[in-house]
Amino acid sequence: MNIIIFTIAALAVLGLLLAIVLYIVAQKFKVEEDPRIDTVEALMPGANCGGCGKAGCRAFAEAAVKEGLGSLFCPVGGNAVMQKVAEALGQTIEAKEPQVAVLRCNGNCEKRKKTTRYEGVASCATVASLYGGETDCLFGCLGYGDCEAACQFGAIKVNPKTGLPEVDEEKCTGCGACTKACPKLLLELRNKGPKGRRVYVACRNKEKGAVARKACLSACIGCGKCAKVCPFEAITVETNLAYIDFTKCRMCRKCVVECPTGAIHEVNFPPRPAAVKPAAATPAAAAQAKPVQPQAQPEEKKVEIPVQKTE
Amino acid sequence: MNTLIVSPSPHVHGKESTRKIMGDVIIALLPAVLVSIWFFGLSAIHLVCVSVLACVVFEYFIQKVLMKKRSTVGDLSAVVTGVLLALNLPVCSPWWLILIGAFVAIGIAKMSFGGLGQNLFNPALVARVVLLVSFPVLMTGTAFHAPETGYLFGNSDLASAALDATSGATPLGFVKEQLAKGVSMQEIMATPGLSYTQLLFANMGGSAGELSAVALILGFIYLLCRRVIKPWISLSILATVFVFAGILYLGDSSKYVDPVFHVLNGGLLLGAFFMATDYVTSPMTAKGQVIFGIGIGVITVLIRTFGAYPEGVSFAILIMNATVPLLNKFQPKRFAEEAQKK
Amino acid sequence: MRTFRMGGVHPADKKISKDAKIEKLPIPKIVYISMAQHLGAPAAPCVAVGDKVKVGQIIGNPTGFVSAPVHSSVSGTVKAIGMVNDLAKRPVNTVTIEVEGDEWMEDIDRSEEIVREIKLDKKEIVDRIKACGVVGLGGATFPTNVKLSPPPTATPTCVIINGAECEPYLTSDYRVMMEMPEQVLIGGTILMKALGVDKYYVGIEENKPEAIKKLSDLAPKYPGVEIVPLKKKYPQGGEKQLIDAVIRKRVPSQGLPVDTGAVVQNVGTAFAVYEAVQKNKPLFEGIMTVTGDCSKAQRNFLHRVGTPLSFIMDYCGGVPEDASKIISGGPMMGKAISNINAPTLKGTSSILYMTEAQTKRKEESNCIRCGKCVGACPMGLEPYLLNKLGKAGMMDELEEHHVYDCIECGCCSFTCPAFIPLLDTIRQSKAAVMKIMRSRPKK
Repeated sequence: MNIIIFTIAALAVLGLLLAIVLYIVAQKFKVEEDPRIDTVEALMPGANCGGCGKAGCRAFAEAAVKEGLGSLFCPVGGNAVMQKVAEALGQTIEAKEPQVAVLRCNGNCEKRKKTTRYEGVASCATVASLYGGETDCLFGCLGYGDCEAACQFGAIKVNPKTGLPEVDEEKCTGCGACTKACPKLLLELRNKGPKGRRVYVACRNKEKGAVARKACLSACIGCGKCAKVCPFEAITVETNLAYIDFTKCRMCRKCVVECPTGAIHEVNFPPRPAAVKPAAATPAAAAQAKPVQPQAQPEEKKVEIPVQKTE
Repeated sequence: MNTLIVSPSPHVHGKESTRKIMGDVIIALLPAVLVSIWFFGLSAIHLVCVSVLACVVFEYFIQKVLMKKRSTVGDLSAVVTGVLLALNLPVCSPWWLILIGAFVAIGIAKMSFGGLGQNLFNPALVARVVLLVSFPVLMTGTAFHAPETGYLFGNSDLASAALDATSGATPLGFVKEQLAKGVSMQEIMATPGLSYTQLLFANMGGSAGELSAVALILGFIYLLCRRVIKPWISLSILATVFVFAGILYLGDSSKYVDPVFHVLNGGLLLGAFFMATDYVTSPMTAKGQVIFGIGIGVITVLIRTFGAYPEGVSFAILIMNATVPLLNKFQPKRFAEEAQKK
Repeated sequence: MRTFRMGGVHPADKKISKDAKIEKLPIPKIVYISMAQHLGAPAAPCVAVGDKVKVGQIIGNPTGFVSAPVHSSVSGTVKAIGMVNDLAKRPVNTVTIEVEGDEWMEDIDRSEEIVREIKLDKKEIVDRIKACGVVGLGGATFPTNVKLSPPPTATPTCVIINGAECEPYLTSDYRVMMEMPEQVLIGGTILMKALGVDKYYVGIEENKPEAIKKLSDLAPKYPGVEIVPLKKKYPQGGEKQLIDAVIRKRVPSQGLPVDTGAVVQNVGTAFAVYEAVQKNKPLFEGIMTVTGDCSKAQRNFLHRVGTPLSFIMDYCGGVPEDASKIISGGPMMGKAISNINAPTLKGTSSILYMTEAQTKRKEESNCIRCGKCVGACPMGLEPYLLNKLGKAGMMDELEEHHVYDCIECGCCSFTCPAFIPLLDTIRQSKAAVMKIMRSRPKK
């Protein structure tokens, strides 16, 4: 009995002593920090993705408290989180258009034939540093999924059927990690658009038309038809490549119909009436990767959800 | 013309492969296996077969059924583990003991760490130690230690000797036993069967692999010639044991076993040649390997001389296995040292 | 016999085309002369479309200190100046010339006669080498004149002529030593004079006994030269390894080879130096091997720079049916060709055909921590660790483990029993780490 009491007493005293030591140490080495940093950090999504340009959520909070919000924006939390952060800090910010990663290549396995076979570690960076890629298009997607590996949100998956990565709009937070990972700079952050609708050129091939076409059936050949038909001057053609400025585009979709190779994609639009030039748009679009048209069979659900939400 | 393959250099590969290396290790273990089959016949064959088969089946089952991935039994590493396990068990081990050993080796020591190359401890040794601790009677044969009934080779009836020997104590165990009884070292060493020749060619105590030092040395030389292993680990273990035991022996030759006896004892050779040199659980660089070997040597002698167990190699190797990640911090000598520019 | 002191591997010793004499390759109808045939800044074209050019006429001016001029290898009319894909399908600024006849610049000495007397002085030699666009022909194509102008902190003590040719299959250096031994030795003497040193070595691997004998017989005529037979071991031809093998000195980490006092030049370069200095002939021809176990021909050619690879392949009977990889260079460090219409460059040393069976990469399995890569690394690195760190993207640790020392020789991948493509990852990591290191402010 004595032993038990002695043991308990000894342990209690020991615990007390250690607690005192810990307390003293904690007091002595206490770091004075603005309590608002913790407040802001608590509001953050905690993904630590670096999409804001800071090392992580804590770094974001520190910067927000010390230097003010300024141009800081958390792409993962979006406007909702930013609003809360601004409130907590007593600042005001403007709402930002939500963005999503968009793949500017539509050269799937059928349209862009492989002319060589790569053998080595499955990494786009390695392939890109080795040579132009398995196909004859020097600008197109290599398909080894560096973007998939870079995405912390599981929003990008390379589809083995098309050989191209597909962006899950719901999961994509617009952090931009994939845009940095792609050695061919094929992923671009574009505004999500009203009801998730977007029109963009899914190609980055800067070769002359004939060369580009030879390498890939759905390459942008720089013909300029889209630029001519665009009523809003949103399309520019430079070095044989068209680009749609998403801040100017008003989603009239005239360019999509006009494009002879089907390189311009429209996303999340309701199906067109069949009468409108089916030859140009539909066959091209039907073969394309996922988020091309809502009626595209396999991924129907995924695409439609954001549409419903925004409505 | 074929579709051209493009890949980064180098475009050719040497002749080495994991399977080839494992095959070489199996060949190197053959002399020891054959010696035990020579002396124990069917029971040794039974031991080796059950052990190898169990290891391979466990590995295949775990990879294929539990982990749902491609099985790598083709690389022969499970076979090596199986043979090593067999050599670490007494010849007449019951089948269930072997199965438990194989399960511990493959299931716990190897696959749960992530399979080949990922394990921290030598699978066969983990199994041996688990069995040693769990079934000390079966594993060390302390139930039986009467030399006069023919526990050593050279006595009248080989068959009965073999039968007895399977449960007989190892020479070291016997020595320890006698020392505890207060018998002096000189008297113990005078026991027939504890001669060096006996140890070199065949002594009948202990596990299947410890029978013959010559067989083990042959295997070791084969591995060296095939450049499968470098000699640093083995030699530093043997040298350390010899020196350390030698110092003790010089200090008091009536209490301590002489160093040659220490070194020639099968358990040490098996450990030094085949267990400690396991790639996965030994350091990469020569410097690390020498320290690793010295550590094993010191711990072995400490356990053998002052510990409760007569045999300490297994524990020593496992303890040093744990230090390997640390020993791997030793970087090899670089070709290009930092420039002295300032 | 000497060799380098650390690591190394022994690839199969194959030199199938070693007895094929150097032939002159016919001139194709059209040549594509790349402006990026050397390490450093690409040359700037100095001709216009429609211009008539002669053989040896300068068509590209160097654009920096580490750069080299480019000369026309044919006579004819400039058809186009623009991007042409190289053998890795990368666009490179290229001058396309339609061939008309074979009219050489008048100041090139085209006689067969060997000119032994060196008339130029130290500075003139370096200037001539620079003007003739001579670059290192051992693989890196580093401008030779830059190597001959060492920084003031280093004092050169000797020249080492690299005749190791440690890569299997390649025989162009061997043929040069066999057929132009005197020229090589004169080239070495010129290099010695250019650096103001009085000693040069020719390092040759033991698997080329005829070359060793030939050069040794001639050596007494040339003061200062020592022929050094070397043990056969890859990568003996690596600059750092060769210096270690021949003069037992180690290039410091991130230092220049000349910090050891040695300046290494390939035998092909020595020959080019001879031609430039003694014959005033710019570097517009190269010696290359067409070989491979499945190759229809085993030949060595003197080709005009800019000849399309496909022209050479057709000349040798076409691409063999079972060839599934074509390599420019040796099997250890060469580049796989993805565009067979690409033109040859100054440094093109071979077309090597490999069958799928020879070159197929086996499936990667777990690392068994055997340490063979550590033993094989000639730089004393730990490839298994670099591979792991590289996959995890741990840049600081990679730097701590000296990934920047890697010479990309491929010994680690070659020797790995688990078929792990170590070099693939390490090469990427090295590039990333070096980028970070360069971006740091200098102290």
